[in-house]
Amino acid sequence: MRTAFINALCEIAEEDERVWFLTGDLGFSVLERFYNRFPERYVNVGVAEQNMTGIAAGLALAGKIVFTYSIANFPTLRCVEQIRNDVCYHNANVKIVAVGGGLVYGAQGVTHHGTEDLAIMRALPNMMVVAPGDPVEAALATRAIVERPGPCYLRLGRAGEPIVHQTPPDFRIGKAITVREGSDVTLIATGGMLYNTMQAGEQLTQQGVQGRVLSMHTIKPLDTGAVLAAAQETDAIMTIEEHSIIGGLGSAVAEVLAGTDSKKALFRRFALPDEYLKDVGSQEYLWRKNSLSVEQIANRILEEYRSIKGSK
Amino acid sequence: MRSNMEGNYRALSVLIRAHVLKMSHHAHSSHVGTALSAADLLAVLYGNVLRVDPARPDWPDRDRFILSKGHGCASLYAVLVERGFFPKEWLESYGQDGSHLFEHITHHGVPGVEASTGSLGHGLPIGCGMALAGRRDSRSYRIFVMLSDGECDEGSTWEAVLFAPHHRLDNLVAIVDHNKLQAFGKVKEVLDLEPLADKWRAFNWAVREIDGHDFVQIEKVLSSIPFEPGRPSCIIAHTIKGKGVSFMENQLAWHYKSPNDEQLHQALDELGVTK
Repeated sequence: MRTAFINALCEIAEEDERVWFLTGDLGFSVLERFYNRFPERYVNVGVAEQNMTGIAAGLALAGKIVFTYSIANFPTLRCVEQIRNDVCYHNANVKIVAVGGGLVYGAQGVTHHGTEDLAIMRALPNMMVVAPGDPVEAALATRAIVERPGPCYLRLGRAGEPIVHQTPPDFRIGKAITVREGSDVTLIATGGMLYNTMQAGEQLTQQGVQGRVLSMHTIKPLDTGAVLAAAQETDAIMTIEEHSIIGGLGSAVAEVLAGTDSKKALFRRFALPDEYLKDVGSQEYLWRKNSLSVEQIANRILEEYRSIKGSK
Repeated sequence: MRSNMEGNYRALSVLIRAHVLKMSHHAHSSHVGTALSAADLLAVLYGNVLRVDPARPDWPDRDRFILSKGHGCASLYAVLVERGFFPKEWLESYGQDGSHLFEHITHHGVPGVEASTGSLGHGLPIGCGMALAGRRDSRSYRIFVMLSDGECDEGSTWEAVLFAPHHRLDNLVAIVDHNKLQAFGKVKEVLDLEPLADKWRAFNWAVREIDGHDFVQIEKVLSSIPFEPGRPSCIIAHTIKGKGVSFMENQLAWHYKSPNDEQLHQALDELGVTK
């Protein structure tokens, strides 16, 4: 996703003089392609995320479209008040980009686990929250958020994730992409969990359960229509995210479901527990430890689905 | 300085102070002391220095003034009214139900306010961003950011202090309203900043210290921007919290209190203003 993002941004910056890029001294060997082409619109502000965010707001108030960039929690939680007051309150055209959303930096430690970002960014007025599901979506998202003025948080994974979309999907902010049709159960994934969710969907098919897979790349504004349709048209809704159980995709979907009279569909959330992880290991290892591997997702969905079917 | 300019500044500063006192009295609002310490600086800035146009608050080439010490907003609202940015009646409803004006400086719906602040340590980074944009666009506007001394406790302030000289932002001016008092008492006792000017110098700013109530010194220093080409300018303005009202000067209590009827009367009397 990281590579797809920076390539897309270089194209956009070529077309639009207003695009600026600020980094908090991270992105070595990735950002050079932007810097080499647009040195006068690139600033490495140093290891100073609060200042970076304030500078971005100032640039945006002077008419620029400003990307801030760092990893995990540094461009978000470290400077959340600058994001709230300077960016969101002023409705400044600042796009905050975090690489390493979720457990990408697994063995680097809990400081590098971006696992509450969606909840916190989602709570801010004026903020758009986008977590693309694969590199194809990441490139399309980069263009889409520039076309839509105002604050945005773009949560990216790492480099080299598997491609989910073999052909470019119709990517629109606030519109879920139906990656796979199905009428038994709806699997709603965001960010890097899209690939695991697609694989889990394949396994369900082999068991005779037709899973609809939605890429909910925009957490805010949420595609409530897609959620309500899933509640009407399928027997169960499962949300899958690499984020705390509190406040992310699952919570956003729950808020929609709680506001509807139709309680027909079973609803379950696949997410990280409300605790700091104690296990040391890679992203894949931590997925397994937290029931987010393909097999674990597929098995639990199957279990849940069979339990409601058995009881009906 | 022509003596009539000094008279103009003095007259404007009296109007600002009178507004501040009436606003605080009416709204029962705090932070009157910090609003008064900045009044003379604002009188010169808005009286003569800033290139702004009340008829075109969004004029792209305007100078930008950011009040980073957002709690001192009463004096900024007051001077914006005196310059004609919005109607005087707005001041009367300051901080009250249905007003245009919050008690920390707010841009929303208020012409002439460049940035909303209230949490300390936010103004200088925003100013750095505006200064970068101005330079990149080859525009001649300048950015003035007024900070409190207490605000120099904030790490984010020093991130920006480090940044601006590295990028040679000589279109940026930081004015520290150094009134020596912060929320719990003397700056020296809460968290000593001295030697404050030397700290800014050590970060490669061009620094001048002035008496922040002496119109001749204020005008002179603000007419010499940038002090050195290629460097941002820092003005340490030595001021008195509560300046202009004898019983408010250097009194921590006026960080919190608002004047009652009698105190307002006495304060306006001292300013030579009839209520």
